[in-house]
Order: sequence, then C-alpha cells, then structure tokens
Amino acid sequence: MTIEHYKKADTLHIKLCGELDEHHSAYVRTTIDMLTDGDTFKRVYIDMSDLDFMDSTGIGVLIGRYKRLKPRGIPIFIQSPRPTVDKVLKLSGIYEIMTKAG
Amino acid sequence: MENQMTVIFDAVTENEAFARNTVAAFCVALDPTVDQINDIKTAVSEAVTNCIVHAYPDKSQKGKITITTTISDNSVHIVISDTGIGIEDVDSAMQPFFTTKPEQERSGMGFTVMESFTDSLTVEQNKPTGTVVSMTKTIRGADWKKKKH
Repeated sequence: MTIEHYKKADTLHIKLCGELDEHHSAYVRTTIDMLTDGDTFKRVYIDMSDLDFMDSTGIGVLIGRYKRLKPRGIPIFIQSPRPTVDKVLKLSGIYEIMTKAG
Repeated sequence: MENQMTVIFDAVTENEAFARNTVAAFCVALDPTVDQINDIKTAVSEAVTNCIVHAYPDKSQKGKITITTTISDNSVHIVISDTGIGIEDVDSAMQPFFTTKPEQERSGMGFTVMESFTDSLTVEQNKPTGTVVSMTKTIRGADWKKKKH
C-alpha cells in the first residue's frame, strides 16, 4: 500500500495505491490524518483509480476521516474507484456523505 | 466433480491478502469473471478480518483460522471458521452498521458485504467455541450451461 499526494490550488489530492484491508488500515488512517492536520485547503480528493482492493475496513477509515474533516467544513470527494471497490462504497451508503467525482 | 482445499493459518492481519488470494486462485478453475473473483476476494477478506479483529481478543495466544473451499460444477462453497470467543448475538451482528468496536472506526458492514457479494451466507456457532461462516457463490451462470450443452 502506498499513498501519493499533492496540493493544487485549494484542493488536497490523495491517491491510494494497492490493497486497503485491515492490515494496511492503520497506515492509511495515520497518513491521511498527517496530510490533513494543520494544513489549509478547501476540499480533499481521494483518488482510488489504483486501489486494487478494499473491503469494509476501508469504509471505517473513510467515515473516520469524514468525521475529522467535517467540523472544518472540508468535503471529501471519491475519485475513480474500480467496480468492486465502488460496489463496497455504494453498499455502505458512503456516497450520501461523500461525492463521487469521476 | 468436486474439488476441495483447506488452509489453516494464524489469525493475524498479515495473512488477509494470503487468505483471499488463495481462495481466489483455487476458484480460477471455474473460469469466473474478474468481477466474480473480486467478489470472492472481498467476501473472504471480510470473514477473515472478523476472525482477526473479534474472535481472539487475547493477543498473547495465537488463534487459527481455517478455510475450506469446495468447487463443484458451477459454484464455490467457502467455509471460514475460528475457535475463538464466538458471537454473542448473531442476529444483531448481521445487521448493517452493527459493531461492538465503534471506537476503532469499524464500519459494521462486514456481514452485509459478505451477504451482498455471495449468493448465500450462514453464520453458526463452532463447537465447542468459535464461529463458522459459510458462503456459496454460483460462478457459471445460465450462459455457460447453454454453451456447454
């Protein structure tokens, strides 16, 4: 599991690459928190185009990040999830709190 | 023809990828679609994660997870069992968003995902302790049967 990131204008882009399961959840959680804490931006894009696998552990991670960013008024956008990952996302109802962008 | 394989491994997160990839590799003989393979991987990962996170709270003792996968003509049957503490209330545990560990950012979607990604799911008590999760998924649909005959 690797995480790439860059900031452009007011948007923080985070790209998840690899497989997000329980084994990698702590790393993803702490890395996203490290990138978002103490920095200023207006929105976060999470690029999932290279995320080969994600189970419901990933849903827990996303909801946790949502709860941290919502008080700061920062929305999260989900970008380009693969079909199976998208299926888990849809099933969890996460798109009611995060917008799918592409 | 039926073909079966069993793997037994330690209930540690390092083995999650091994577990789902091993079951998926065994199912390849049924010529599944990429989506079907991914469904199986996801369902297995959910069940194995449950065993690791919930079944063995005493981390000083290494628990084991057993997966028996059986493929037959047109379906795969996966039985994932542990000998841990078991589930107190299976009906509640199977409800979407139910979790006993909300402080750990758990989604409570594990059984819901297993149910949605397979054709049947049963959760039973293991004897004398633990949990047995059984899932069946049809791989070869009507199209394949038409082609074969």
